[in-house]
Amino acid sequence: MTRKQKRLSVIVGGLAFLGAATGLTFYALGQKASYFYMPADLTTASVQPGQRIRLGGLVEKGTIQRGQGATVAFSVTDTHKSVKVTYTGILPDLFREEQGVITEGTFGPDGVFVADSVLAKHDERYMPKEVADGLKAKGVWQESKSE
Amino acid sequence: MVETGHFALVLAFALSLVQTIVPLFGARLNNQRLMAVGGPVTITGFALTALSFVALASAYANSDFSVASVWENSHSLQPMIYKITGTWGNHEGSMLLWVLILTFFGALVAAFGSNLPATLRANVLAVQGAIGAAFFLFILATSNPFIRLNPAPIEGRDLNPVLQDLGLAIHPPLLYLGYVGFSICFSFSVAALIEGRIDASWARWVRPWTLVAWMFLTGGIAMGSYWAYYELGWGGFWFWDPVENASFMPWLAGTALLHSAIVMEKRSALKIWTLLLAILTFSLSLLGTFLVRSGVLTSVHAFATDPTRGVFILCILTLFIGGSLALFAMRASRLTAGGLFHPISREGALVLNNLFLTTATATVLVGTLYPLALEALTGDKISVGAPFFDLTFGPLMLPLLALVPFGPLLAWKRGDVFAASQRLMAAFAVALAAMLVTGLFIDGASVFAALGIGLAVWLVVGALTDLAVKSGVGSVAPAVMFRRFAGLPRSVFGTALAHLGLGLTLLGIVATLSFGTEKILSMRAGETVELSGHTLRFVGLYPAQGPNYSEDRGRFELIGVSGSPVGEISSAKRFYPVRQTTTTESGIKTLGLSQLYISLGDEAKDGSVVVRLWWKPLVTLIWGGGLVMMAGAAMSLMDRRLRVGAPSRRRKQASAAAPAVLP
Repeated sequence: MTRKQKRLSVIVGGLAFLGAATGLTFYALGQKASYFYMPADLTTASVQPGQRIRLGGLVEKGTIQRGQGATVAFSVTDTHKSVKVTYTGILPDLFREEQGVITEGTFGPDGVFVADSVLAKHDERYMPKEVADGLKAKGVWQESKSE
Repeated sequence: MVETGHFALVLAFALSLVQTIVPLFGARLNNQRLMAVGGPVTITGFALTALSFVALASAYANSDFSVASVWENSHSLQPMIYKITGTWGNHEGSMLLWVLILTFFGALVAAFGSNLPATLRANVLAVQGAIGAAFFLFILATSNPFIRLNPAPIEGRDLNPVLQDLGLAIHPPLLYLGYVGFSICFSFSVAALIEGRIDASWARWVRPWTLVAWMFLTGGIAMGSYWAYYELGWGGFWFWDPVENASFMPWLAGTALLHSAIVMEKRSALKIWTLLLAILTFSLSLLGTFLVRSGVLTSVHAFATDPTRGVFILCILTLFIGGSLALFAMRASRLTAGGLFHPISREGALVLNNLFLTTATATVLVGTLYPLALEALTGDKISVGAPFFDLTFGPLMLPLLALVPFGPLLAWKRGDVFAASQRLMAAFAVALAAMLVTGLFIDGASVFAALGIGLAVWLVVGALTDLAVKSGVGSVAPAVMFRRFAGLPRSVFGTALAHLGLGLTLLGIVATLSFGTEKILSMRAGETVELSGHTLRFVGLYPAQGPNYSEDRGRFELIGVSGSPVGEISSAKRFYPVRQTTTTESGIKTLGLSQLYISLGDEAKDGSVVVRLWWKPLVTLIWGGGLVMMAGAAMSLMDRRLRVGAPSRRRKQASAAAPAVLP
């Protein structure tokens, strides 16, 4: 190979590498990112059973049921609609009734949302941002709730 | 004292403006007296910032609740250590720590940079001053920690309980030393661009600064990871949380910089690339500061959301990143490019390293910023987590890690892959054996686990092979070998240790992810549970009272083979009345390199308690590897050619040859 050919092959190799990385990144963004929904959004959005999403809202009052062992069932609401959620594991320390939560998981065939992670606020002063924005958009946000 | 601190902060801001303008003009006019202003002003600015910081820390230590920031983030009943660390456990104080470290590094250049060319030194201090000025203004205008309350409240609102931990004393200072340490590399690069030439002394200075910053950033990230692991009670060590990515991106770019700086120093090639990397690394540090401090992300690090702060930091970000890149675009063509080299060589290997590391940085950047951009553009809220990074970051890391042992064994200029492979045969055999043993003899080992363990062993043994080859194992007499080993440059040990640490971290990650076990169950006092061969008995729940919390402590006994208890683990639910907050204190027992991890859940009405248990084999290696990497960086710093004040022939020649330019 001449010097020119060598240089060309290095450049082509580098570009192919970057191209592959870019392609993979966008493929992964399409496949692996999970969308955030509030319960009322689910009537318009088509979420397939098994599709991974994040569901956020407030823990509806009086719906927390502790079942067998470490399984917990509760409803997540945005005051318009509510969705039943089950979760096996230890709930976060700041998980309470009428507090904002984000759950991540998939819908089972029976329409119950099976969460594999439940996030509450890190600090008692703040609501998860997605939930706060969602509630604001639906007109049910009260500033007093943030305290 | 508080007003003194406030006044000192304002003075420090004014001085940072002087530090920016006067030396810059001095360098332009080549006026020695104007340039000489830079040094003393920088050191005074640091002293004033330190005074300001001490004033705030003493307000925290004395629980002076007339200061708004103390009132919001402290309590008189807190233990003294958390009162003091609480100084930076909030937005205002942490920004003050940020500029304190920034001015500290500036002062180091001013104090030890007397052997730098005068104009370069003046420009470096000016750029450092400009960064300082922007952040001083940010603090004074939007996040002033010295604002008073009148009337003064009697009691404070307590520090966020999650932060009431020794981790707060270690993680933020280390992380900031890393983040901000890269500001020196940035200032040197921008100064070189202002001057329009890359000095030999530029190359000599950038590498040790990169090493220092990289060492602290490694420690900061490792410590942050361990802190999250034991404090949050989730048992995970890395969550691909945007805030974690914010610190990981400068680390990846900094690692690339560390390697390209070697090429620049040894072969004076890749100069322009190294300069660009230095700018990008600090830009990513600034981006990290923006992501964490502006409130665009919800996390334990976002102390408060105030839109003006976000906009302000975004302006700083645009000014410095945009400004430095524009300057780069204008001046880069003027700089002399370095020499060419053969693709198969040490330089070639380091370029390959840079290609992988910068691409990996880019994927992390996309994964971190894409959700923010998408939300701003379409309103869709998405989250990008581990599945995304497993698919993008993972495939980039695997070939890079597999290639690591080859790099140090290739010669400069023209390497021989075949010879390097021959030397690595033993390491390859050991790695293959480890892979086969894992795959065939450990129950439930997946292909991924076997490959991962093999790769980790390959890295560890490969790093040792490098030392063995360089001290001549197998080819010379043992006495000669030991003499050679002792005489190896410290930087060779540094490289080997850093690569070894990388292997250990990987070993810990793969072992924990592949062979860790987990159980969630509800337990009553007296019941036992078995997990991966360890028997644990739940003794019961015991209430206790702390200085500013009450807790229910669940005690567990580790039962030995004989049936009698051999150790105790306890995990607690703590309630902090001031903030009405509950936290979980995880119970951890270290057995060898592995850990048993217990997290206590809620108590049910019938008196049973939900308990989550993990067996985490070799988990301590994840952070232990980080410590070894830090040791590697420290070792490299002690190398003869980098040691501060070590007599070097080159400098003597330079000063003898050009006495006329010295003042």
